[in-house]
Formats: sequence, structure tokens, C-alpha cells
Amino acid sequence: MEIKVVRKVLDVNSTMAEQNRKLFAEKGVFVLNVMSSPGAGKTETLIKTLARIMPDIKSAVIVGDICTSHDADRLSQSGAPVVQINTEPFGGDCHLAAHVIEKAALSLDLDATDLLIVENVGNLVCPAEFDIGEDSRIVVLSIPEGEDKPAKYPLMFRECDATLLNKTDLLPHLDYDLEAALKYIRQVHPDMPVFQISARTEQGFEPWIEWLRNLIDKKTGR
Amino acid sequence: MHEMGIAAQVVEIAEASIPEDIQNAKVECVNLNIGRLAAVVPESLRFCFNIMIENTRLAGAELHISEIPVQALCKDCRHEWIIDAPVFTCPQCDSGALEILSGRELDISSIEIAD
Repeated sequence: MEIKVVRKVLDVNSTMAEQNRKLFAEKGVFVLNVMSSPGAGKTETLIKTLARIMPDIKSAVIVGDICTSHDADRLSQSGAPVVQINTEPFGGDCHLAAHVIEKAALSLDLDATDLLIVENVGNLVCPAEFDIGEDSRIVVLSIPEGEDKPAKYPLMFRECDATLLNKTDLLPHLDYDLEAALKYIRQVHPDMPVFQISARTEQGFEPWIEWLRNLIDKKTGR
Repeated sequence: MHEMGIAAQVVEIAEASIPEDIQNAKVECVNLNIGRLAAVVPESLRFCFNIMIENTRLAGAELHISEIPVQALCKDCRHEWIIDAPVFTCPQCDSGALEILSGRELDISSIEIAD
């Protein structure tokens, strides 16, 4: 006898993500989910980004790592409140799920926050699958990772609203085919904005910051 | 990478779907639809499922996985096709304005109980 069930396996996460979305809407907080592989430069990009938008845009950060508080320590120097989530001390969760975000968000003063950045666990696979109640998702892809990552991890590049192509300061030193990289991104997500940046030198930051500001202003009505 | 967590959810949902009046029934099979875009490896999920069901009411049940292709619809020329390679542009008109009709599924469709 077959019994119809028809339920999404990630129902629990989706329900929690919707609750988060409602909470963030009530509080007028724009939530940005930042994803990438390990070492692509999420933290450095965010440090430089926060320096440009604070204190005008009141910002807070939730940072997920399997282990250590290194990223949180670095981000704290921006002056923004930072909540560190360690998924498991020795090889834990590969992504941040919605219930984890809720707990972390409630420990922040959301009334005094315009922008909540979630720096996800470094991983191009799993975080793309889990809605956390965010408004926008971006992926940081760094030059040394090679040109074809968008083709290898299509879900991530489909799910994101923009790509930050980071470490462009290394281009003169590597045999990197920039056109090929852009072609792979366009194949997977044809109209996605791509910002070529260097978090180290802050080259190319203006268009990225403007794009982010527009989204924040639209949501928060600042 | 998170297949164990997903297996736990599958077991929870499947157990809750056993009708009240036949709680002792033997569940033979759990049917799952997984889209090809979902970040799930069917073989890993099956491995985790077999571990998770020990000492539950699903013990001995099989996991049947149907892989759902990535079906796209071009919003410009209305062409419909199945995406096999990671290229998300319309093969007819080269437009990138697509609607993904299927391929993101991670759904339990049914459970099968011994008659």
C-alpha cells in the first residue's frame, strides 16, 4: 500500500527561514548571505566593505565557521557587532541553517541594525541549498581558484544575485583567462552582475558598494 | 556533505506519515524525488538512510530515489528543454531569461507499507 506524503525534506529549514524573513522585515534589516569556497577572501572583502559603509549604514555580522574565532576577531575590528557561530569543533556542519541564524540574530540589537551580513561556512556546495531568510545572496570567487568553478558548482552561481570576482591584483602574476571565467559565470547565470575587485587593494570596490547600498536603501527605506 | 542531516529529516517525516491505525505496519520503501540541481549525492544519502533507520519503525525499509532532470523554460521564446550541462542559456534564441521548472526537488513523495 502506497501512502502519499509529498513533503519537502527541508521543510523545517524553510519554515524557520520564513520566520527569520518576517523578523527581519519587521525590524527593517537587510540581510546579505555571503558564500564562497574557503580562502576566497570573504572576510577581507567584508572588512573593507564595512569600512566604507559604516557608520552611515549600521551593520552587524554573523560569521559561521566549523572551528576557531579568527574571522570574528578580524571583523570585530570594524566596530560592527559580530556573532561567531562554530558549527562543531572538529569537522562539523558544512553550512549555516535557518535555526542557527535565528538564535544568532536574536542576540543582536536588530532595531539598531540596517544591514546584517551572514558570512557563511566556506563551501561552494551546501550553503546554496539552505535558505536562511536572507534578502540577497552573493558569492565571492577568487582568481586563484581557476576559471571553471561556476560550471563545477552551478547551483551556487544560479542561486546568487551577484559574483564578487576577488584577488584581481594577482592577475598579472598568473596564467588566468579572465574572459573564460566570465564566460562560465554567464553560462550559468547570464544576467548576474559580476564585480571585479581586489579586497587587498580595494580596486573595483565602488560599483560593488553602490550595488549593495541600493539594495539596503530599497529594503530599509533609509 | 550534509546527507546525514537530510537522512534524519527523511526518517522523521516518513515515520510521522505512517497512519495512526497501522502503527505496527512494516514500511517497505520510502520514495524520494531529488532534483539534479539539489546539493545531495544519492549514494551518500542512501548510506546515511540505512544507518539512521536502525531501531526505528522504518528498519529494513528501502530508499527509492528518483532523479528529477533540470527542466527549463525560456521566458523569451517559450522553448522548453532539459539542461544536461551547466549552461543556462536557451539553445534556440540564446536568451538567459529562464524559468527552472524542475531540478531543485528534495521531496518525499510517498511511503510504501506491507499489505
